Amino acid sequence: MLILKNLSAKINNKDILRDISFTFEEGKVYALMGPNGSGKSTLAFSVMGHPSYSFPEKSKIIFDGKNITRLKPERRAKLGIFLSFQSPLALSGVNVFQLLRYASQKKIDPLSLKEKLEDYSRKLKVAKELLERPLNEGFSGGERKKMEILQAAILNPRLAFFDEIDTGVDVDALKTIALFLNDLKKGGKTFVLITHYNRILKHIKPDAVLVMKEGRLVRVGDGKLVDKIEKEGYEKI
Amino acid sequence: MPERAVFKTKPGLSAKTVEEISNIKEEPAWMRDFRLKSYQTFVQKQLPSWGGDLSKINFDNIVYFIRAIKDRAKSWENLPKEIRETYEKIGIPEAEKKFLAGVSSQYDSEVVYESVRQELQKQGVIFCDTDSAVKKYPAIVKKYFGKLIPPNDNKFAALNSAVWSGGSFVYVPKGVKVSLPLQAYFRINAKNFGQFERTLIIAEEGSSVHYVEGCTAPIYSTDSLHAAVVEIFVKKGARVRYTTVQNWSKNVYNLVTKRAKAEENAIMEWIDCNLGSQLTMKYPSVYLSGKGARGEVLSIALAGKEQHQDAGAKMIHLAPDTSSRIISKSISKDGGRTSYRGLVYVAPGAKNSSVYVSCDALIMDEKSRSDTYPYMKVIQKDTRVQHEATVEKLGEEKLFYLTSRGIKKEEAEGILVNGFIEPVAKEIPFEYSIELNRLINLEMSGSVG
Repeated sequence: MLILKNLSAKINNKDILRDISFTFEEGKVYALMGPNGSGKSTLAFSVMGHPSYSFPEKSKIIFDGKNITRLKPERRAKLGIFLSFQSPLALSGVNVFQLLRYASQKKIDPLSLKEKLEDYSRKLKVAKELLERPLNEGFSGGERKKMEILQAAILNPRLAFFDEIDTGVDVDALKTIALFLNDLKKGGKTFVLITHYNRILKHIKPDAVLVMKEGRLVRVGDGKLVDKIEKEGYEKI
Repeated sequence: MPERAVFKTKPGLSAKTVEEISNIKEEPAWMRDFRLKSYQTFVQKQLPSWGGDLSKINFDNIVYFIRAIKDRAKSWENLPKEIRETYEKIGIPEAEKKFLAGVSSQYDSEVVYESVRQELQKQGVIFCDTDSAVKKYPAIVKKYFGKLIPPNDNKFAALNSAVWSGGSFVYVPKGVKVSLPLQAYFRINAKNFGQFERTLIIAEEGSSVHYVEGCTAPIYSTDSLHAAVVEIFVKKGARVRYTTVQNWSKNVYNLVTKRAKAEENAIMEWIDCNLGSQLTMKYPSVYLSGKGARGEVLSIALAGKEQHQDAGAKMIHLAPDTSSRIISKSISKDGGRTSYRGLVYVAPGAKNSSVYVSCDALIMDEKSRSDTYPYMKVIQKDTRVQHEATVEKLGEEKLFYLTSRGIKKEEAEGILVNGFIEPVAKEIPFEYSIELNRLINLEMSGSVG
């Protein structure tokens, strides 16, 4: 469903991604791993349409057969792509409900949106008062991650990148998040989990593991690759 | 544009013109003398050397007084297109629209507001235009008029004192609490609008009143100078809130002097939203003259292309246990410039006072600018002072976050700006805050909804 063709990306004239080609298939779960600074977040940003990156002519991002390389982020979101941010910023004066009202283009009526939000919050063990506070203002790391997942659940994308959804999250919260994501995945969604650890992958089994190093996709394997990385690190890959 | 004016002074100002204005209003001698003295002060005073660029104001080209008959015979179609469009996008009712645009000076409101007026009358509240007050209530007006802002305060206060017309006069008797904000009436009363309006509010002991001026629709004026004076007396234990939401057309110099005096345990709150104009210089102030008095200024300023909003607040602590709070939010975009200019003075003897100043600036792009001039002079030692200032650039990262959720960039900017001003905007009466919200979205994207 998502094809990356010779994807290279630059920011301020610095090469971040180098010639990545890969096809993500519908309904599968991918783990995207690699050392810090290997370009994992940039890959997710590129697919979502971050305006700071530039791509050479031959780089292509194709979603559902459509070339989206030059599409604005809001158009990509409409097509069903979602990105859960590694470090979501705080938004003063806007709570998650208001944000989702705008994001859903007021297509969901406010009452059902509220009900859905509250329902998902219960499942995610998010305190109700967080829904009414300005988004992420004074929220803990774990709370911020849960807010990202809440948005994913409401916006119901077909392809979702979760950038380090397991970082800064305690053991119990991790389990809650994993259970929720497993539930959300039903119905044929495609997930890309960017992670450093195998602990989340014990709850959500990846169909494939991708390893990036220095902006390149250096290895693609199955679940066993995760254990190997856990034991031996990235040096030998 | 033809104007059917009954009387109109020649462009430019002289003692003779001032006298003419007073004569046609059939004013008592004391007011005429006040005007003439003020005119002398105006001539002698220099333009302020700080703030915005005032050098382009040509005082000789301004018509200082016009008395129009029923309407000024302008037509809706003659108004600049962008003004008409803004009105339509904000959703102002047709009749009000024409009035606000200066097309019609009368709005058939007698029936609607009659009940409100009767209610006020029963409570002994006086609410009329200041011209009428001079004639009907000379004793009260004489006692307070020009006492807080004397003509020699600054050049524009002097000018207003010489040529003022219109504005509101509000008198709230002891212990009376006016439950409805005095606003709807103002919105549709022609006499209160003008270039040089003069407002005087007196809240007697233990009374309270909320006064709202302006509207978010651009106030179209072919005249380029607006110099108003607002004086407010808040007596012991009384409370006055004065809310301004104004959007002058972009050719106007908006130079307004606003001052309140708060006596023992009195509360004075200014809520001041400045949009529009080419230059605004406005620093609502509170003289905290009685023990335990409290003053607040909450303000929002938005400066777009070729606009400069030089706004702020003044808090003068003159008595013990007084407290003040200034919250300023400014936004600059498309090369616009905002300046926060504040003065806090804590006089010797104003023991145990507290001061809180917070000014936040949001800069939308590289071309725009924001400055902060927070002067503080604290002489009394045991004063608690808190000062916070932030300058934020509207981050690409926040915009990306919102757009990644499927929100258009222009709409995302509106959300971020409205979020930024929310702490102040929530204090504004609901219908105005909705209009303000829409107007900001309009400024961001050029379209509403």
